[in-house]
Amino acid sequence: MTRTLRPALVLFALFTLLTGIVYPLALTAIGQALFQHAADGSPIVRDGRVVGSALIGQSFTRDDYFWGRPSAAGGGYDARASGGSNLGPTSHVLADRVRAEAARYGVAAKDIPVDLLTTSGSGLDPHISPAAARFQAQRVAGARRVPIEAVRRLIEAHTELPIAGILGEARVNVLELNLALDELPAHEGAS
Amino acid sequence: MTLDGWILILVFIALVAAIARPLGLYLEAVFAARRTLLSAVLAPVEDSFYRLAGVKADAEQDWKEYALAILAFSLVCTLALYGLLRVQGALPLNPQAFAGVAPNIAMNTAVSFVTNTNWQAYAGESTMSHLTQMAGLTVQNFLSAAVGIAVAIAFARGFARRGASTIGNFWVDMTRATIYVLLPISILLALIFIALGMPQTLAGALPATTLEGASQDIAVGPVASQIAIKMLGTNGGGFFNANAAHPFENTGPIVNLIQMLSIFAIGAGLTITFGRMVGDERQGWALLAAMGALFLIGTSVAYWAEAQASPALIAAGVEPSAPNMEGKETRFGAAASALFAAITTAASCGAVNAMHDSFSALGGMVPLTNILAGEVIVGGVGAGFYGILVFAILTIFVAGLMVGRTPAYLGKKIEARDVKLAMLAILASPLAILIGTALAASTEWGRAGVQDAGPHGFTEMAYAFASAAGNNGSAFGGLTATNTFYTYAQAAAMLIGRFLVIVPALAIAGNLAAKPVAPASAGAFPTTGPLFIGLLAFIIVIVGALTFFPALALGPLAEATADRLF
Repeated sequence: MTRTLRPALVLFALFTLLTGIVYPLALTAIGQALFQHAADGSPIVRDGRVVGSALIGQSFTRDDYFWGRPSAAGGGYDARASGGSNLGPTSHVLADRVRAEAARYGVAAKDIPVDLLTTSGSGLDPHISPAAARFQAQRVAGARRVPIEAVRRLIEAHTELPIAGILGEARVNVLELNLALDELPAHEGAS
Repeated sequence: MTLDGWILILVFIALVAAIARPLGLYLEAVFAARRTLLSAVLAPVEDSFYRLAGVKADAEQDWKEYALAILAFSLVCTLALYGLLRVQGALPLNPQAFAGVAPNIAMNTAVSFVTNTNWQAYAGESTMSHLTQMAGLTVQNFLSAAVGIAVAIAFARGFARRGASTIGNFWVDMTRATIYVLLPISILLALIFIALGMPQTLAGALPATTLEGASQDIAVGPVASQIAIKMLGTNGGGFFNANAAHPFENTGPIVNLIQMLSIFAIGAGLTITFGRMVGDERQGWALLAAMGALFLIGTSVAYWAEAQASPALIAAGVEPSAPNMEGKETRFGAAASALFAAITTAASCGAVNAMHDSFSALGGMVPLTNILAGEVIVGGVGAGFYGILVFAILTIFVAGLMVGRTPAYLGKKIEARDVKLAMLAILASPLAILIGTALAASTEWGRAGVQDAGPHGFTEMAYAFASAAGNNGSAFGGLTATNTFYTYAQAAAMLIGRFLVIVPALAIAGNLAAKPVAPASAGAFPTTGPLFIGLLAFIIVIVGALTFFPALALGPLAEATADRLF
């Protein structure tokens, strides 16, 4: 019995030390030393305040900001409660929710890019599709009273394309796009 | 569907094939105890572990001793993890001051991580302290994977040896798998992940004030170190509730590709290791080819299904040609989400980068079918390999019956005892899946957890038990599996799916190791050609279809043909 129990207990203890303490702590030390920004969660700082993370979506409701996707994380973009709606493909609840989301934009659902009507897997999706951004350009430009061309140029500049044409989908980081909007001079080019 | 999507799928398959050989050769060297590149650094660590544990590295075990060692080790791991989960509230590295985990969830989680299932009946970022994630869950990510690799190697020795009474030493195999394989590759992966944006910190949260002035408390932690081994060890238990859909756990397309490759790497490499061990590398490639064929079929169906809007979206007025983006991340889209779903269930990983519950009926049937097929399409590290060898034995037996010859695989006669043990290993998981699903569907306790109405609700229950017994760990997440019934029934299914496969597999290995190798005769069935590959794939499909067709008909097939919402 001890012939089996001793290695079981001792190796368990040693591997807990090696893979459960030394390994993660060493990586934390190296990660913090080499890539501190990423290791801390990619915070974005404006005027000395953390306004969010470059990787984590946040809730936008004002007309002068681009809106992200609907979120099933907690009450919406709750970064302590990630998750999707998990609603199935034949769910009435899902169909009703999509109708409600479409009503928010005031046009028929078939004219709205699908990502603006669906919740992401994490509920924290930081991105929308370029189509979804262009779809909102008119509203945002109107609310800010800036030329729509300036807004479209910003979308263009913030569009990430697939790597080598196959890795990832074309996308726009909503928080970064909105931060850039805030840098736009008001009434730019207005006459 | 786009051409780019199909290219991604084919590029992925090509990359797996490219990784398989170098990794397979490395694994062969490690388990033959040859010196490798890392020996100078790691051999002293290894030797000191044996000394402290009282292990004689050259003393081998017969299959019963090997199995007993695995059971004892798994018991120690389960009890220790259960204890840690219960008392985490009183321990350090708990910046969010989480309390101890409730008994039934702690028991379910302990079994789940020790059996390499990593089913999560809890939400990581609101339940587990950093100490638990590191010293509890990360450790089992390593050790449960190491156990799987050890069993695969022991099984391969059964074919490679002749007239032998032993199949290796479990303590040595497990130690070498961890120190020489899992740990170095995980360190490399974790560093790449951090460089590409994944958090690795002991802080609990990143507090932020959003542009609209709301406060957003962003959960962070030692993520990268856990995610590296989560993928490499086909564990799949996420740091966060949303798993690999969470932007911190899967920061972008490159990380996504690396994670997908990590899931398949060791499982694919082991087929080559096996071929080398039995002296004919083509034997390994034949197994990998059968896996690849089945994989491509499933992935294609899933991609086709997810590239179009689901009935619920269409009913709400969405453009029918739009992809099914419910539960999917913008950065991955339909192709990379469908591909990931097929990979994570072909292997017994269970990580998800999109919510399977929101897949279309047929798109969601692909991950379910992959699990039901026994997760032998590459499979979990080790587990998939000994799984497909069990199917290979059955295939040889069936082929033998067809031509009226004594079946032999790699020169080893396959006799009644081997076939009986193979059938036991093949049927253990289906038994747990079907009984568990039937219990859930016919009791209040079971139905209480279901979220969606209609056939989809049935699929949620069936998927849960398939995932548990298959040691996968992914979920149709709408199901609430936290009540007493689910936590205990799922734990039972996980134990059956793990140990009622491992023990018969080791028994077969012991049996085969003792047999002599008959010289190949002209009448022997060649096990490297397309005929064998096709027959093997066919047997896997037939066994799965015969066992599960009624359940699939009640769930995804009924939903796909319903033509209405529920």
